[in-house]
Amino acid sequence: MQNKKVLSNVLFYVMVVAIALIVLFPFLWMLSSSFKTQVDIISWPPKFFFAPTLQNYQKVFGEQDFLKYFMNSTIIGVFSVGLSLLLGLPAAYTIARFTQTRLAVFILLARLMPGISFLMPWYIVFSRLNLMDSYVALILSHMLIALPIVVWIMSTYFATIPREMEESAMVDGATRQYAFLKIILPLSGPGIITATTLSFIFSWNNFMFSQVLSMEKTKTLPIAVYNFVSYAEVDWGGVMAAAVAIMAPAIVLTMIFQKYVVKGLTMGAVKG
Amino acid sequence: MSKPSFTERNLQILFPLPAIIFVALLMIFPILYTLFLSFTNWNLTSGNPFTFVGFNSYFRIFTEPRFLNAVARTFAFTFFAVVIEGVLGVAIAVILNRAFFGKSLAKLLLLLPLVATPVAVGIVFNLFYDPTIGLANFVLQSIGLPQGLWVSNAATVIPSLILVDVWQWTPMITLIVLAGLAGLSEEPIEAARVDGASEWQILRLVTLPMVMPVILTAVILRLIDALKTFDIIFAMTGGGPGYASETLNIMGFKYSFEYFRMGQSSVILVVLFCVVFGCSLGIMKLRAASEI
Repeated sequence: MQNKKVLSNVLFYVMVVAIALIVLFPFLWMLSSSFKTQVDIISWPPKFFFAPTLQNYQKVFGEQDFLKYFMNSTIIGVFSVGLSLLLGLPAAYTIARFTQTRLAVFILLARLMPGISFLMPWYIVFSRLNLMDSYVALILSHMLIALPIVVWIMSTYFATIPREMEESAMVDGATRQYAFLKIILPLSGPGIITATTLSFIFSWNNFMFSQVLSMEKTKTLPIAVYNFVSYAEVDWGGVMAAAVAIMAPAIVLTMIFQKYVVKGLTMGAVKG
Repeated sequence: MSKPSFTERNLQILFPLPAIIFVALLMIFPILYTLFLSFTNWNLTSGNPFTFVGFNSYFRIFTEPRFLNAVARTFAFTFFAVVIEGVLGVAIAVILNRAFFGKSLAKLLLLLPLVATPVAVGIVFNLFYDPTIGLANFVLQSIGLPQGLWVSNAATVIPSLILVDVWQWTPMITLIVLAGLAGLSEEPIEAARVDGASEWQILRLVTLPMVMPVILTAVILRLIDALKTFDIIFAMTGGGPGYASETLNIMGFKYSFEYFRMGQSSVILVVLFCVVFGCSLGIMKLRAASEI
């Protein structure tokens, strides 16, 4: 009996470690390749032990305008998330308080529908308006990613705050909009962190919108990384260093806000 | 008490109004515009103004083998990816559903693929699959199997892409199901245990049926996203070799932004839209039906 228990525990940890290794493996391979010279990368059989070099990172951050693309991704992410909060928080509030289900579905459609069915018309309209390769076009398009996430998460969150919170203030003569600003929003920190983190990560990772709407001036990181491999001779070390650089911010954010990110990703599927 | 102000009386319209206007302008108007263009023969490169051709673009696209293959491929990719992710995701959740040392670290690791930039993931897997220097062939060689061409071969490109999708999105199902399992009430499980049911019976007859609505929602959310898969396919193969990995989304993208045949691309986008919209409607029906 005792032996059987030990055996099943060992088996359990073997499985857990196997799952962890499979999940981690592409990250580890990317990370180790980013420290390899081109010679080490293209050697056969693949090298597991090698003399690490920083030259890939020097190249990526030095020659390739990489910091500019990093800034573009950051600017577009920050503004699209900020503006989505501005539009999304009041909408999420009335959805939660007046159970506006149809309105919720309407906004969530933006999350479900294929982005390309908006992108092609945007391309035509933004070209006409001379807004191609502008921050305005990029931020507007990324807002359509961020807004449904904000509304989805915040309407669920507001619904968990008891109505008495603002109703008691309203009995004392405060208006509902005042109660929303001064009572409900200050209580919504955790929800806002979840919504902000998730929508920023999805904006950061977006490829299709920027691939079409941005050119040299507003190019974002995913496009820069993609362009890296479009050349005939692939500089694998450089590409892997670029891949590490683009994933690092999202992974760091996830580590800091782990609890919130899990909640945001599983919310809705698990009815609270 | 004084009469409520205009703002307060109309709060439920005024508060969401900016968001409604935004979504109408950036989503509804473009979809209608796409529908409109699908009845024209507009080609951006020709420089000619468009003329209405009725359903001609639909006939042309619907009789095109390339399109029919893309439709079939989109469904095949989605079906296999989602089935594998569903089975694996639930299995892993069941395994991890107990208190153990390192559980929160395990959950953090499961989050990483979900937040990893898909384009970069695709490129990393391209290095992995590379026929001459990739680790995938090294593994095959080490265990005595013949080497493969992976994404460079029309016969293996879709399974290779499905593998990437499975790696990236299985954890999402696992995390959702784990959250669902954590919220279950212990009583029925305890009762079954007292009645002498085996762990396997408890899992099959008590736990899984209770968590089924959550599993269903997770799988369907995944299904909607899998139908639209773009980034990894575009970054890894661009739809190739030939058209061997071209899904509806990739084909629509190429018709729009490489050939600039806006009339025909609109037809593809309308079809993709209807497929995704149909699936979403189905889900909402299902969700409503499972609501108690």
